[in-house]
Amino acid sequence: MAFDYEKYIRPGKLPHIWCPGCGHGIVMKGLIRAIDTVGLKKENTAIVSGIGCASRLPGYMDCCTLHTAHGRAAAFATGVKMARPEMDVILVGGDGDGTAIGGNHFIHACRRNINMTYIILNNKIYGMTGGQFSPATPTGDKASTTPYGNPDPPFDIAKLAIGAGATFVARGTAFHANQIDKLITEAIQHKGFSVVEILDDCPTTYGRRNKFKSVIEMMNHLKDIAVPVKAAEKMSPEQLKGKVLTGVLYKEEKPEYTEEYAKVIQRAQAAK
Amino acid sequence: MAKKVAFLQGNEAAAHGALYAGCKFFAGYPITPSTEVAEVMSLELPKVGGKFIQMEDEIGAMSALIGASLTGSKVLTSTSGPGLSLKQEIIGYACITEVPCVIVNVMRGGPSTGMPTGPSQSDLMCAKWGTHGDHPAICLTPASVQEIFEETVRAFNLAEKYRTPVMIMPDEIVAHMRERIVFPEPGELEVVDRAPVTVPPEKYKPYDTSFGDIPPLAAFGSGYKFHVTGLNKMADGFPTTKAEYVQAEEERQVRKVEANKADIMKWEEYKVDDADIVIVACGSTSRSARYAVDVARKQGIKAGLFRLITFWPFPEDRLLEISKKVKAFITPEMNLGMTHGIVKGCIEGNAPVLGIFRVDGEPINPEQLIDKMKEVK
Amino acid sequence: MEKKLPTIEIIEKYCKGCYICVEFCPTKVLEMKGFVVAVKDLEACIKCMQCELRCPDFAIKVTA
Repeated sequence: MAFDYEKYIRPGKLPHIWCPGCGHGIVMKGLIRAIDTVGLKKENTAIVSGIGCASRLPGYMDCCTLHTAHGRAAAFATGVKMARPEMDVILVGGDGDGTAIGGNHFIHACRRNINMTYIILNNKIYGMTGGQFSPATPTGDKASTTPYGNPDPPFDIAKLAIGAGATFVARGTAFHANQIDKLITEAIQHKGFSVVEILDDCPTTYGRRNKFKSVIEMMNHLKDIAVPVKAAEKMSPEQLKGKVLTGVLYKEEKPEYTEEYAKVIQRAQAAK
Repeated sequence: MAKKVAFLQGNEAAAHGALYAGCKFFAGYPITPSTEVAEVMSLELPKVGGKFIQMEDEIGAMSALIGASLTGSKVLTSTSGPGLSLKQEIIGYACITEVPCVIVNVMRGGPSTGMPTGPSQSDLMCAKWGTHGDHPAICLTPASVQEIFEETVRAFNLAEKYRTPVMIMPDEIVAHMRERIVFPEPGELEVVDRAPVTVPPEKYKPYDTSFGDIPPLAAFGSGYKFHVTGLNKMADGFPTTKAEYVQAEEERQVRKVEANKADIMKWEEYKVDDADIVIVACGSTSRSARYAVDVARKQGIKAGLFRLITFWPFPEDRLLEISKKVKAFITPEMNLGMTHGIVKGCIEGNAPVLGIFRVDGEPINPEQLIDKMKEVK
Repeated sequence: MEKKLPTIEIIEKYCKGCYICVEFCPTKVLEMKGFVVAVKDLEACIKCMQCELRCPDFAIKVTA
């Protein structure tokens, strides 16, 4: 049976703005299936984003949606969640938005372990502004501002999240469409700050500068580099060269921020 | 029952004023000389079930504030000079999305780190022009601890009534001085709450001007689903680049304050009626000025004080009226002529405007003012 | 008994012609006609739903 995506999409908002072959729509479908699986109520779900191609996603969703300023999604979302902890809060954004201009808010949201889910659509480039390199662009790659190849080393976003204290970190790809909703479902159900990095393709501003001849080639590349964590355990460092681990990379139980603040309120009121 | 009397610091009074107004959320970042506001809020908010969060930076604090306000809370942040510069990005966001919030900015020397512990009045222009683009601006400049309390309550009322950010900007002297304060009883000061939404969720639009220039704002999590964006938007909250919408929306946002100036503006005229010389001042400078007026009167100089309690919108019309009957204005200020320029601009050359500008971290004293009065021919 | 064919609904105004569905259909049911996708061989459809799952543009609905 066809999945009823329309149930979660605002009427009249499609077609979306993303380019032909951009994987953002595939991730959005995964998010919708996850929301459906978990059974989140639309009017009780806030979807918060920053600025960029990926950050346009909330506008299509029939929920409480907040399209904020560049990089600030995690900080706005923290305000929403703190003020109304009973709301389900999901963040969506790109690699530049989340780890460059929004890097500080990102790591501190991880550190606080506030119960929200952050979906980072990593297409390794600033797409909306025309293809400038981001903190996720591999060294040597071409972008509109690295015409001689990128001198910067990239972030490993999932590792960054783990290092900063996120208590659930997963990675998928736009090729592995069937896995996206499963990862996001598990992330939403996890109590604490969860990060799902989805490796995505930007055929328009990244692919054509970096010798990908087509969308299909980019999708197949995602297929080729992805290695499930379980499979990776049996592989040598040599075999893992150039590969990226996918699946649930990290999970732990730790005190959640809004619950901890509820205890602050209890202590303050007991002392009154 | 006798009213509660206390000996409070200005910053503490701002926090207590916010609590009186029903503030339930504070997000901030430590910065001198405003940190005491955050400290009192961290102590008091949880007692009333409110939330306090210290964010990772000033922009994050301002962002969290808007997120919380969108869930229906009355929200406060406090900052100072460099923090105000950082917050400007999200102040602009609050202007275009029309989300109520109150910002206490304690004025210290600048630009940049400047003089963190020194007093200043050099953020007055930043309060109006700090964020890019056309936008409304409301800025209040209290001059005593009691007034900080009352003006903070009024700041919340204006923010909620006009769906816009409101800044309350004591200078460091007023913010750090300690004075006797009489706490108003509950109900004694007017407290304005956010206008209720009167349409069901399926009919709700966050910028529906059929409700007038200030459409009601629903709360996330209350059953209403809507979209909020910093892009130019239509009545339903979704982005547009259509000329007619953009022009109309931008004009409406500014008109919310411009058309309601009479309600927002507040000033005090002290011995202005028969004055030859009128001092235009705000904050701690106005305290020196009031003393100078009394001393000058004893010396036979007919001086008066026009004290700005609302700085933005600026009472241009009233000053123009006064300018027709006076010999001169004096604008003492702890900056290099911000009020001076505005007064000059609105009085159509009817009288000279003499300035006293101090940016050395020292207050302007009455003697300086009396000396300046004596320069008036 | 005759094989019951699925329905593949294509919402043409959403399709951006990216070729993802055409390429990843294991039985080559779809083709590109001009700038939008079209059903070429419905008989070959094995109802794996890959096209619907992968379409970034919400343009394909498969009903088995």
